[in-house]
Amino acid sequence: MRRKRFLLAVANHSVLIGVSALFMFPIIYMFFTAVQSNDQALTGSIWPHPFVWSNFKTVFDEINVWRYLWNTFLYAGLSTVGVVCSCVPVAYAFSRIDWRGRNIVFLLVLSTLMLPTQVTSIPLYILWAKQFHEWTGIQFIGTLKPLIIPSFFGDAFSIFLLRQFFLTIPKELTDAIRVDGGGHLQVLWRVIIPLAKPAIVAVALFNFIYAWNDFYGPLVYLASNQDAQTLSVALSSFRSLHHVDWNLTMAAALIFMLPVIVIFFLAQRVFIEGITLTGVKG
Amino acid sequence: MRLVLSPWIFGFVVFTAGPMLLSLYYSFTHYDLISSPRWIGLDNYRYMIGKLTLNGQPNQGDPYFGTAVRNTIWIIVVGLPLRIVFAIATAMLLTRPKRGVNGYRTLFFMPSMAPTVGASLVFVYLFNPVTGPINQFLGHLGINGPLWFFDPTWAKPALVVLGLWGIGDAIVLYLAGLLNVPRDLYEAISVEGANAWQRFRYVTFPMLTPVIFFTLIIGIIDGFQYFDQAYVSATTTGNGVGSPQNSLLFYSVWLYEQAFTYFHMGYAAAMAWILFIATMVLTAILLLTSRRWVHYGGGLS
Repeated sequence: MRRKRFLLAVANHSVLIGVSALFMFPIIYMFFTAVQSNDQALTGSIWPHPFVWSNFKTVFDEINVWRYLWNTFLYAGLSTVGVVCSCVPVAYAFSRIDWRGRNIVFLLVLSTLMLPTQVTSIPLYILWAKQFHEWTGIQFIGTLKPLIIPSFFGDAFSIFLLRQFFLTIPKELTDAIRVDGGGHLQVLWRVIIPLAKPAIVAVALFNFIYAWNDFYGPLVYLASNQDAQTLSVALSSFRSLHHVDWNLTMAAALIFMLPVIVIFFLAQRVFIEGITLTGVKG
Repeated sequence: MRLVLSPWIFGFVVFTAGPMLLSLYYSFTHYDLISSPRWIGLDNYRYMIGKLTLNGQPNQGDPYFGTAVRNTIWIIVVGLPLRIVFAIATAMLLTRPKRGVNGYRTLFFMPSMAPTVGASLVFVYLFNPVTGPINQFLGHLGINGPLWFFDPTWAKPALVVLGLWGIGDAIVLYLAGLLNVPRDLYEAISVEGANAWQRFRYVTFPMLTPVIFFTLIIGIIDGFQYFDQAYVSATTTGNGVGSPQNSLLFYSVWLYEQAFTYFHMGYAAAMAWILFIATMVLTAILLLTSRRWVHYGGGLS
């Protein structure tokens, strides 16, 4: 009996290790190709011989990686700050304050999740290029501004995720402060935000990674100005514009992915809880 | 109250509702960003389906609209069920061992967070017909691998594989769903002598239907907007957007080309609205039929 259980565990783990290897294979292969010589990268063999660590340096010489990293970081960082600052109060209003029409307006928030980006991206591009530009005299196209500014005015998915979490906070905790004569701001600051830290961190990390990875937005607004490009856009044209060498392309892709991989492993629990919160308890 | 909501209301009007109405208006115009929009009624929509008459002459219409629609339906109809099946199967594997589940879950989940641009570049390399490991592996088995991203028949299947690599978020959801199934349901059906398939069919599957429903809706919304992977892989192989032979010309890719390569803003806006309407209709159908097959209750709300 014990022997059977042991064999079953071995079988389960073998299958899972095999599946894990399949999932990790592209990343491992990308890494090994990134440190191969130009010639070896064309042979398709996996083990680098020799290890050409200078490929990373070559990528930094070839394109202005620091600038793209900085642009990507600015977009991801500032839009994350914007989303957190704008969505926490709105989620509070949708979960803790009773007002007429709340459910209808919340449905409106949810329905914008269904709205394809393409519907709004065309008129928004025109607005940033024409009207907003004429009214303010500021140049928007070719800068990060059209990508960052809207995040300061709320984001449907983040409002939804935060609201779901705020609803799980017992009402007695917030009522106590209300009875003592505290305003909504006090409730938000002293009860909701401290207790909802995991959800707020999840929203921040999801947004940071979403913006870091975002391709469509930067492609629409930044394709015309190379100096403002994020890594996603710069990388998408890297192979055709700068180099045909796959080892350098993989090295560049690795530089792009590494921050995401590191953030993911440091905070994987937050991501998994965030996904579960929005998906199952919807 | 108003103070709390006012930034969001401003953002909703300026960045969502306003642009929506504007794009509806543009869809009835000819607009190239240089001269001002010119009202042309339903002509963009007629051009889309090839029913346009220009100066008394029938116009053949958009030659690639049908291609883009077919490619998009293909990637959803083939890709989405595979995603769901693989995600459920992997999640079920994860419920078996007593230890180490979190470690495996982390590894499975990670690729779904990877940037689509980076992932697409890697997969174009993995699927290289000559040097890529996938065809080399097939070669060892004595199979002459296809040209993948260089063959119109095999380019979309390669993208489906790329999509399967990123099912980690769905795996996490299904695993959470599976762990929520009450133990006594399995015990009850086992007492009645049910086999493994019957346990899946009458307990696991019904209990997972809310998650399946959720991943279906998200999958359809994302599928209609399928862009990054198709755009990057087609341009990386060096033959341009949509290549090979327009087999990767998906709806959103063609829409992007119309808007930001040819600056046919009016026509692109019309395409965007058709996309929006299709999304809403399909979501509504799913919602209406959900009562028949989605089981709520028993730990899942």
